Amino acid sequence: MDYAIQQTLNALSFGAEYALIALGLAIVFSIMGLVNFAHGEVVAFGGYSMVIVSTLLTNSPWILMAGVLIACVVASVALERVAFRTVRGADLTTGLLTAFGVSIILQNLFLLLGSPRPMAATQFIFLDKTLTFGSVRVSSLQIYETLATFVAIGILMTFLRKTTLGMAMRAASLDFEMVRLCGIRANRVIAGAFAISGLLAGLACIFIMARRGSVQPHMGFDPVLVAFVACVIGGFGSLPGAVLGGFLLGIAEVVVLVLLPQSAGGMAQAAVFTMVALVLIWRPDGILSPAREKGDKI
Amino acid sequence: MLQTSSLKAFHGPIEAVHGIDISVAEGQCVTLLGPNGAGKTSTLSAITGTVRATGTIRLGGEDISRLPVEDRCRRGIAISPEGRRVFANLSVRDNLIMGGALQPDKAQLNREIEDWFTHFPVLGERHAQPAGTLSGGEQQMLAIARALLSKPRILLLDEPSLGLAPMIVAKIFEIVRDLKARGTTILLVEQNASAAIRVSDYVYVLNNGLISSHGAAANFGDGSDLMGELTGVHV
Repeated sequence: MDYAIQQTLNALSFGAEYALIALGLAIVFSIMGLVNFAHGEVVAFGGYSMVIVSTLLTNSPWILMAGVLIACVVASVALERVAFRTVRGADLTTGLLTAFGVSIILQNLFLLLGSPRPMAATQFIFLDKTLTFGSVRVSSLQIYETLATFVAIGILMTFLRKTTLGMAMRAASLDFEMVRLCGIRANRVIAGAFAISGLLAGLACIFIMARRGSVQPHMGFDPVLVAFVACVIGGFGSLPGAVLGGFLLGIAEVVVLVLLPQSAGGMAQAAVFTMVALVLIWRPDGILSPAREKGDKI
Repeated sequence: MLQTSSLKAFHGPIEAVHGIDISVAEGQCVTLLGPNGAGKTSTLSAITGTVRATGTIRLGGEDISRLPVEDRCRRGIAISPEGRRVFANLSVRDNLIMGGALQPDKAQLNREIEDWFTHFPVLGERHAQPAGTLSGGEQQMLAIARALLSKPRILLLDEPSLGLAPMIVAKIFEIVRDLKARGTTILLVEQNASAAIRVSDYVYVLNNGLISSHGAAANFGDGSDLMGELTGVHV
């Protein structure tokens, strides 16, 4: 019983991390058709901001958390302004290559200005304690991570449904030009999407840092690849799809780890991706892919 | 109110409109008639700024031809576009909120939305429904209401009768006539010549990207010969 609870929590917390990052990718993609592979570097930048703030200013974890969130939002919005605004409206591949380019440049900046080796930033480790409920022992970090993700999704949903900017974002995912024809500024909608994407990256960064306790240049790239797969499973451009894909991947990973015998541990990734392939044979556009317009211009 | 001079519109390298001068006076309803591919929609897109264009466009004397799309809307140009383009994933009410997004007073905007719901009760009944579930005629009403909520100085209507059943077409033209009676300045694009001529003050006939004739609506009679002349199909 306690084993099952522990593994469920594992699956939820893995899924939560993937879902947070996948949502960040999906919200930008849904509005401007850009697969932002530099999203992982925003996460890494959040980690470096901890090192900077803690050496210059304070070690208070609460201030550091606020710093990470602010750093990620600023980095994300700045990337849009500097790199992605110039290729707006260009081909899908142009945006994709730009994002890869930005990602490589940032990783190398981290290498040059920071260090190729992991730099310690252990201020969030205190989030990870072992809690004992009777016979069940669980990690507090996993509970925080799952809860924070659900709260973030709830706030995001309310924002998208109730505020004018949120509605404009949903409308823009369908017909950006029509949103501009209503007088709503394209720059504001896109900057808003990048700000939200950055905020979600910051939240993910806090939990990643609490687990790792160190920051290194490439730390954001792998989670973004996994999140990308989550988006593909859920249906690229669909926000509920990104959340669903993230949690499905988390669950699949844990199920595979539990079921596979120790000796076949190396096959875990292969097993997960086989499942992904099967899902894509069943639903080639992803599980919750938005319906395609099939009619004529009526 | 609105004047264009030697307005050219481009789709990529292709010139779709070859320099036209049109003028819409305040309170008038002016119609652009023409067959498919004549450049009617391209002309409207040039006015709203969604395609590349040269020449000048003046709104109330101000040259707006260099302004981005959003600012032209803020100066007072609103469009109910071809194919209606309602936000299918948003509710009917949220579509209208998008139309009035520039209005700073949200309570006032809510009152105006309620006014539209009494005006078009069918929209009021479905205010919480996704706009994609509305019928073509209902979507057209929604698109017109959305455009008017930005309090435009001129309303561009692109083929409001396209793809609708004859009874609904009659209803849509009734709405246009009603808008005109309330003093709305309208630039209408249509293929339904006779119905359009009946509601307009002035008519431009567009063919192959050029104005082939223009004049007061009365000069065009009931318009029945006009479409035959334009398309070569006489019925």
